[in-house]
Amino acid sequence: MDDVFRALADASRRELLDRLYAHNGQTLNELCARLAASGASMTRQAVSKHLAILEGANLVATVRRGREKLHYLNPVPIHDIAERWIGKYERHRLSALAELKRGLEAKK
Amino acid sequence: MSELKFVYVTYIATTPEKLWQALTDGAFTRRYWFGTAVESDWSPGSRVTFRSDGEAHDTGEVLDCVPYRRLSYSWQVEFHEVFRRERPSRVTFELEPTGGAEVKLTVTHDEFEPGSKVHAAVSNGWPMILSSLKSLLETGHASTLTSPEQARGARERAIALAESSAA
Repeated sequence: MDDVFRALADASRRELLDRLYAHNGQTLNELCARLAASGASMTRQAVSKHLAILEGANLVATVRRGREKLHYLNPVPIHDIAERWIGKYERHRLSALAELKRGLEAKK
Repeated sequence: MSELKFVYVTYIATTPEKLWQALTDGAFTRRYWFGTAVESDWSPGSRVTFRSDGEAHDTGEVLDCVPYRRLSYSWQVEFHEVFRRERPSRVTFELEPTGGAEVKLTVTHDEFEPGSKVHAAVSNGWPMILSSLKSLLETGHASTLTSPEQARGARERAIALAESSAA
């Protein structure tokens, strides 16, 4: 669990998880191309290093396809954390609150 | 362009034999899978039945079965017409001993049709099911979030998610 928190404590790594959430199963090249296209300043070396840390924390799962390595967001450890501190009844209230926040903020 | 596919990984402090039983024994799957008993004789080509509240709501076919190593089946979600229209997707479980006290479980869900509603609906379910499976094997207690009492709510959420993904 320490690995997961350490991995999530970095904004660049959270950005990479967001990118995989938007497009699951990307190669390093695809991730770098999409980051560059949106003006993010992460070098290929940095992306590669961050991906290794995310994979070490089991937040990213990788699959080989020929010579390519595809990266998938693995939310299971995040769920394990939620499971530990969020109870059965709270979950529905929390998702109702999250919906409310999304709804209100979208109207601005 | 990346195809629709999920890959989930969890490490569970158990043996491949116990994990295999947890994946293939309907009485066991019920406890961590929203009350769903996944039943089959697990011979390739055999039918798989997903049953909850005594009712068979989904079906599938065993594609590959290597005890304690690999299990793959097709999955036709049938409990709502929005899913029934789609071709079956495919779920594969791979079990690998890590050399330590844990077994690495990789779950791959793929072969969705483009724009699949099933894909949208199951994305929330798997992390909950796998967390619950881990908890059940490690502590003897499954998560209350995926207990049989949650089955109806889970199906309703899946339908709502599928319908909202149409937009």
